[in-house]
Amino acid sequence: MAHLSLATQVIQMLAGALLLISFAMLAERRSRRLLILLVWQGAVLVASTLLVASTAHLTHLFYSAALTLVLKVCVLPWILFRLMRKLGIERDNEPLVNLPTLMLVGLALVIFAFGLAQPVSALATTVLRDTLGIALAVILLSFLMILARRKAFTQVIGFLSLENGLFFAATSTTYGMPMVVELGMALDLLVAVFIFGIFFFHIREQFDSLDLDQLESLKED
Amino acid sequence: MEILLVLGCPLLGAMLLAVVGAKRYAAEASVAISLATLLAAAALVLRIIHGGSMTALHEEFFIDPFNVFLVALTALVGFTTSVFSRPYMRIEAEHGRLTPARLRLYHSMYQLFMAAMLLALTTNNMGFLWVSMEMATLSTVLLVSLYRTRASVEAAWKYFILCGVGIALALFGTALLYAAAENLLGGEGMNALLWTHLNAVKGQLEPRVMGLAFVFLLVGYGTKVGLAPLHNWLPDAHAEGPTPVSAVLSGLLLNVALYAVIRCKILADGALHSALPGHMLMGFGLLSTVLASFFLWRQRDIKRLFAYSSIEHMGIITFAFGMGGPIANFAGLLHMTMHSLTKSAIFFAAGHATQLSGTQRMDKIRGLLAIHPSVGWGLMLGGLAILGMPPFGVFTSEYLVLITAMRDHPWATPILLAALAVAFAAIFSRLQPMVFGDTDDRPLPHTPALVPVFVHLGIVLMMGVYIPPALAEWYRLAARLIAG
Repeated sequence: MAHLSLATQVIQMLAGALLLISFAMLAERRSRRLLILLVWQGAVLVASTLLVASTAHLTHLFYSAALTLVLKVCVLPWILFRLMRKLGIERDNEPLVNLPTLMLVGLALVIFAFGLAQPVSALATTVLRDTLGIALAVILLSFLMILARRKAFTQVIGFLSLENGLFFAATSTTYGMPMVVELGMALDLLVAVFIFGIFFFHIREQFDSLDLDQLESLKED
Repeated sequence: MEILLVLGCPLLGAMLLAVVGAKRYAAEASVAISLATLLAAAALVLRIIHGGSMTALHEEFFIDPFNVFLVALTALVGFTTSVFSRPYMRIEAEHGRLTPARLRLYHSMYQLFMAAMLLALTTNNMGFLWVSMEMATLSTVLLVSLYRTRASVEAAWKYFILCGVGIALALFGTALLYAAAENLLGGEGMNALLWTHLNAVKGQLEPRVMGLAFVFLLVGYGTKVGLAPLHNWLPDAHAEGPTPVSAVLSGLLLNVALYAVIRCKILADGALHSALPGHMLMGFGLLSTVLASFFLWRQRDIKRLFAYSSIEHMGIITFAFGMGGPIANFAGLLHMTMHSLTKSAIFFAAGHATQLSGTQRMDKIRGLLAIHPSVGWGLMLGGLAILGMPPFGVFTSEYLVLITAMRDHPWATPILLAALAVAFAAIFSRLQPMVFGDTDDRPLPHTPALVPVFVHLGIVLMMGVYIPPALAEWYRLAARLIAG
């Protein structure tokens, strides 16, 4: 590994941190701590994007790092914190059944992700080429979280973590999407979180809790 | 210029109705906006007929015979649905199911949804295609939960999460597509995501990356098409939302999502030099058709029944495009049109039928012919049309799909035929008692707008008997484009 520059090594370390945070989210019960983990994930993402931008001298990546900082580290968590306080679910404790199984499935997903990413990584020309596997692993772990958790709030955190993984994947294969497309995605994400917020209140109004176990009436009969 | 009008009318309309949507004349305003969109779309069609394919605004928009026909279809069904929703939503409001604030939300989001779909159809940028597909989801999610009942909130949440996740996969696919094209088309500019540029170099795109990209794009956009096994959101969203929303979701959104899949398939076909993308489409299509036709038996809710029928038909269309070749593509395009028109007509009739009897449960809906003959006939004829009875256009397209399957993939024909037979028995046995028989329900307070039902069915009937040569030529042109 001696031929890797310092910046590349730091980027790879940050990528490793992203993966660790994803696992931590998978195992976290409390809504409040989950949100803090999401902020950390966003922050690591910004740091790695900034490093890539400076090593590869790409101005548009600086802009997209700034956009991520504002949106994913400041605005969205702020909205979610406010929602959490309004709904009074800060201290919500979600029972996690089968945590060991969940972790094992997570591990299998990581291996699968690396296998899947292999041919693409071999062709990518970016400094981040080895991290595509990690990006895909973050995406798959977020899926697992959305599937395994039964609280609306946790599913939303999973959704946002999925977005982070996608962003990381785009940076690691191609140095990010064109700026205009990224702006469009940011707008969609912002609107999505607003709608999620509206939904929390609708769900609570109808079901008296944000527990999705109660959302089981629409089954095939 | 016409493109800007096509997109601008619904977009401005959405803003306007966000302000005045609660007023008495909002429904009429919505009809007027949809009519303007339709006229703009017609102008665009004329221009393409005379001038051929074109790009506009720094190549950000691309119109060819394939998407212009979908633009026209979307604008047409968008217009007729707005005509239908005028009395329908008024009756709903009088039943106390909707407040003025929610009507405003409905009218505004309806136009935004139209704008999102038209943008998805006309854009040349694969990134914007994704953005507008996501916008289409976001604008309809609050419409599905418009009644704020338990079931509708649940359906909307399911729709949101499942489609959100699905479309995230499509975004990953788009990123891979960009990666595959970047070396060829230059990374810094915007060109590497423009479909026309991608299409020009598709033979040189790295096959392994493109293969992976196509899998993600197919599963991602396929979720929105309602392909099994990711179809779970569809029946819930169709059954719990207001009927005009069910009609446009089923008649239009599924088509637009399938359009995205086909655009990706054209690129993947060129890059992979193999039949793999086609086989994947055939597999997903066949699975959806078979699963949906068996699920039809278990339905008690009239809108759920026809939602499953939509999954079945999207499966058939996907299968047709999977087989590829000029005839199968022609059949796929024709079936897309026929399904869109017939299914929205059925939802219009079914919507009024549920208003007449006050429930969506099929065993409670009885004697439609006795109380309101035109609703009864609309439902009956629509049902017969969607089941593929001969004089209607659905028969023509299904027949073409079947004979192509017989020639190229004989093993698939009995599976398709069995699924069609099961679906026929399931739907017809439900339809018959709903339409005939006695009832003591009272007539509706407003005259229902059934002109759209019979206009749609009329077009479907005409296409079954006689496809105008100009239209057939147009389909042939589009089919050839898809075959690459």
